[in-house]
Amino acid sequence: MTFDSNVKYQESHEWSRKDGDFIVVGISDYAQDSLGDVVYIEHPEVGSMKKKGDPFGVVESVKAASDVYMPIGGEIVEVNTALDDNPANVNEAPFGNGWLIKVKPSDPSEYDGLMSSDDYQEYAKGLED
Amino acid sequence: MSRHDENLHAAIPALLYEISRPGRRATRISAVAAREEVPETALPQALIRSEDEQPKLPEVSELDAVRHFTLLSQTNMSIDTNFYPLGSCTMKYNPKVNEVAAAVPGFANHHPLAPEWASQGSLAVMYRLQEMLAEIGGFSGVSLEPAAGAQGEFTGNLIIRAYHQSRGDAGRRKILVPDSAHGTNPASVSMAGYEAVEIPSDSNGNIDLGALKAACGDDVAGLMVTNPNTLGLFEEHLVQVTRAVHECGGLVYGDGANLNAILGIVRPGDLGIDLMHFNLHKTFSTPHGGGGPGAGPVGARADLVEFLPGPIVVRADPAAIADANRDQSTYRFHMPAHSIGRLKAFHGNFGVLLRAYVYISMHGAAGMRSISENAVLNANYLKKLVDPVFPVRFKRTCMHEFVANGAVHDGIATMDVAKRLLDYGFHAPTVYFPLIVKEALMIEPTESENRETLDAFAHALSEIAREATENPDLLHHAPHTTPLSRLDEVQAVRKLVLRYEHRQDERT
Amino acid sequence: MPYIGNTNADRIAMLGALGIQKIDELFADIPEANRFPDLNLPPARSEMEILRDIDELALRNTCGSAIPDRPILSFAGAGAYQHFIPSVVSYLAGRGEFTTAYTPYQAEASQGTLQAIFEYQSMLCDLLDMEVVNASHYDGATAVAEAAIMAVRSTRGRDKIVFSGTLHPEYIEVARTYLQPQGIGIEVVGSPESPGSPGADVAEVLAAVDQSTAALIVQNPDFLGRVHDISGLADEIHTRGALLVLHVDPIATALFKSPGSLGADIVTGEGQPLGIPLSFGGPYLGIFATRLSLVRKMPGRVVGQTTDTEGRRGFVLTLSTREQHIRREKATSNICTNQGLMALRAAIYLATMGPCGLREVAERCYRNAHYAADQLAEIPGCSVNTGTTTPHFKEFVLTTSLPADTLISRVAGKGVIPGVPLSRYFPRRTHDLLVAVTEISTRQDIDYFAETVRTAVETAGE
Repeated sequence: MTFDSNVKYQESHEWSRKDGDFIVVGISDYAQDSLGDVVYIEHPEVGSMKKKGDPFGVVESVKAASDVYMPIGGEIVEVNTALDDNPANVNEAPFGNGWLIKVKPSDPSEYDGLMSSDDYQEYAKGLED
Repeated sequence: MSRHDENLHAAIPALLYEISRPGRRATRISAVAAREEVPETALPQALIRSEDEQPKLPEVSELDAVRHFTLLSQTNMSIDTNFYPLGSCTMKYNPKVNEVAAAVPGFANHHPLAPEWASQGSLAVMYRLQEMLAEIGGFSGVSLEPAAGAQGEFTGNLIIRAYHQSRGDAGRRKILVPDSAHGTNPASVSMAGYEAVEIPSDSNGNIDLGALKAACGDDVAGLMVTNPNTLGLFEEHLVQVTRAVHECGGLVYGDGANLNAILGIVRPGDLGIDLMHFNLHKTFSTPHGGGGPGAGPVGARADLVEFLPGPIVVRADPAAIADANRDQSTYRFHMPAHSIGRLKAFHGNFGVLLRAYVYISMHGAAGMRSISENAVLNANYLKKLVDPVFPVRFKRTCMHEFVANGAVHDGIATMDVAKRLLDYGFHAPTVYFPLIVKEALMIEPTESENRETLDAFAHALSEIAREATENPDLLHHAPHTTPLSRLDEVQAVRKLVLRYEHRQDERT
Repeated sequence: MPYIGNTNADRIAMLGALGIQKIDELFADIPEANRFPDLNLPPARSEMEILRDIDELALRNTCGSAIPDRPILSFAGAGAYQHFIPSVVSYLAGRGEFTTAYTPYQAEASQGTLQAIFEYQSMLCDLLDMEVVNASHYDGATAVAEAAIMAVRSTRGRDKIVFSGTLHPEYIEVARTYLQPQGIGIEVVGSPESPGSPGADVAEVLAAVDQSTAALIVQNPDFLGRVHDISGLADEIHTRGALLVLHVDPIATALFKSPGSLGADIVTGEGQPLGIPLSFGGPYLGIFATRLSLVRKMPGRVVGQTTDTEGRRGFVLTLSTREQHIRREKATSNICTNQGLMALRAAIYLATMGPCGLREVAERCYRNAHYAADQLAEIPGCSVNTGTTTPHFKEFVLTTSLPADTLISRVAGKGVIPGVPLSRYFPRRTHDLLVAVTEISTRQDIDYFAETVRTAVETAGE
């Protein structure tokens, strides 16, 4: 199980990474592992505005459909359409080309309130017990 | 007993499209001499499907079709061929007299909109079945209209809605649903425009009474409860549960999925259940047919009968029948005064209703009780045999089914056990449901099975547990004896193929 | 007791294994005051006795024929039709391996059910000229209601459905039951409620499609049997940002332009004509088809092709994350049924008919219905399809000088059910009958039918 230390997390298992003025969002290695083989991703509309905590899409495996939630409020500026043909990227490279959306944050300080990699690792361990 | 090295089944036949040859025919409609034929009428050419747009349906002989579907059928497991202990589905024996009755031409060929006076046989069956179900469930009235259990649930939610609206009580938005419920429950709540609120279970497998009471309020329209619940347990505090919901002004809907445990044992209507659907394809032996058709009649307490979906069948008032056929009419259709409306065209899945009528008629009151006694005895006996190897989650006396943990060994998933059971000639139990039990293996033997079958099934599970430690790959790669090995469900979604694709070079 | 597996000796041994004396002890969790009620049910009957009861009841399904040797001629339709069913359909669909299997969750033990459904899906796709077909719906009416909900889900922010008034009235009632609680608006345009009224025309329904409309639902051939030229309708609907839901008779699609070629986004139909007995209204089969681009919004079970670990072709239930057992309150529908046995009947029917047989059935329906309409129209006091010259298929409206109920009572004694009175749905249409004629009628049947109507109407004048 990988816990990328260059990103921040939230309890619903999305990670967030700073990319210039933008935030890139995906699901954690822990989350993809629990879901199993990802078969489909439902994207939000590019240009739509969402608040922190709003659902922005769905990540589906054969047996489960998991809503994914905004770690930070803002405008969706890009979605990873490459996943439409290769949903397995979410399993194989959850922190790499398995990313889901790019957000232009309304309030960049919300990023600082997210969980550190260590805290998330601790949190995930707690869920297993 | 190890049969996994034998191939028990025939090979999978090719698709009909693949054996199709132009010009082959199975059925000819007309061999009548031309002079006796009805004269031609010119077709409206502008609206007609042209020659090159004809559907590319398969062309096969009658023998081709017979062999194809016969071989296909032989690749299925079924109640008629295998023990099928699928929890929550009540896979009991489906008596063949049901099929004979449903095929009687007077019923099978009767048109739904034939005049009522010409349909008294069908109406009598429906009236009697309404009365029987009302008596068994403890209700004042029953509508046979819902076509399935899920449609019964939807009906129940709509009646709850109509009831509150009739009282000018518009603020109730929530329906409480225990976390052990079937997925259809919350889905039906949403379809009725309500919000589903999940209620947790307690450590004994009952609805958590404290959490339920905390959720009850003037925004609660009702509760959906499955009893016995999906853990196979009778809700020990059901009377307190129904009382709490009633006290906050809500109604209690019963999901009758598990009624097979309590026929003649207790009537849901006597315990504060206001509305309930009956699954005729589970409890009353109508065949599941690979997933349908079923029927989900709904029973209601006295003051809710007027909301039932219609039409329902009532005894005709002779004075009200105007036509010349008065003396022939005993029963008629009736739309309840405040009915939530129609749920499907015409009036219920009559062919299914007829089968249930036959089944109940052959049992009577003592027979009803005997069904449940034997179903519950079989389940408890099998639970006792299974528990030492596959620990049962709740140790209480169960009703018609129980839930064990299928992950019998490290690295073995419940699905591996399920697939391996197929090699032993048993259909797998329900797996991964209810959601609140990890690695759930949900086993329902029904009253139809005898002790030898239960012993053999328990023995197979023990063997599989042994294999899990000695040769886990045997489980991981199971099944080995079915016509096909484990199928790739991930590929099925990632590369969707939902129909036969015609080849470009195909003969036409 | 019938159908109980164990003997008394078995039960005693099993109780012993459980360490209890009596079965009653297993029911201790049940409130004592309510335990073991005396059920007031009719006394149990044997198989022989119940079959006698069934035979007697079946005899009460009659049209009061005064001619005992003559089979009843029924011309009732209105959404349920008497078609010829090849013998192999019931023979094969009656196999216990099909009837007594459950929903094919364990694919390796259910290939028969799964492949049969895949073949049903494929054949319906060919027949309708659509990309995806499911096998879940109870009947045509519920398929229409679910199509309406799917249309709302597929067109963001639109919450109204426009129904052509010539859709089956019971289907509109069912749609109301389904749509109203979800706050979906319903507009019915051009109901043929008055005598002589042809009902909705294309321009009229199109005018009702506005910014808030998710879909227009049109039945063609319509409830009164007429076949409309709807070429171009789909383009008009799509320009307005809505979907076209087309409800069809599967037999008619063998003869008329396919729903797919007409641009339908969702196609629904009543599958009963495809080898399913009338059975007083059910169980039937809701046909439901759509485009691949909309498949994730579709309700119901669907079977997909895949391979096993050795690369052999096989079939599984797929796209399950749309469904209630996974998505629960967010599912596309609460539907759990997989109308497998009915889809199987339809698959066997289509396989044994083949493209030529199905076309032959459709052409005979067309020809027989037109012949019957012509014969009836010649009778003084009778007219057919008043006020319209649109072609009809299998069904038409007969107007006579008699109230329809009176006509029905009069011809009943001659062994004829002449149709369904339209007053059942449109109270003002007291003298109109909806008459259905299918391939099963011979020229002699139709001539006899016309003669009984002539006699009944002439007697009225005396």
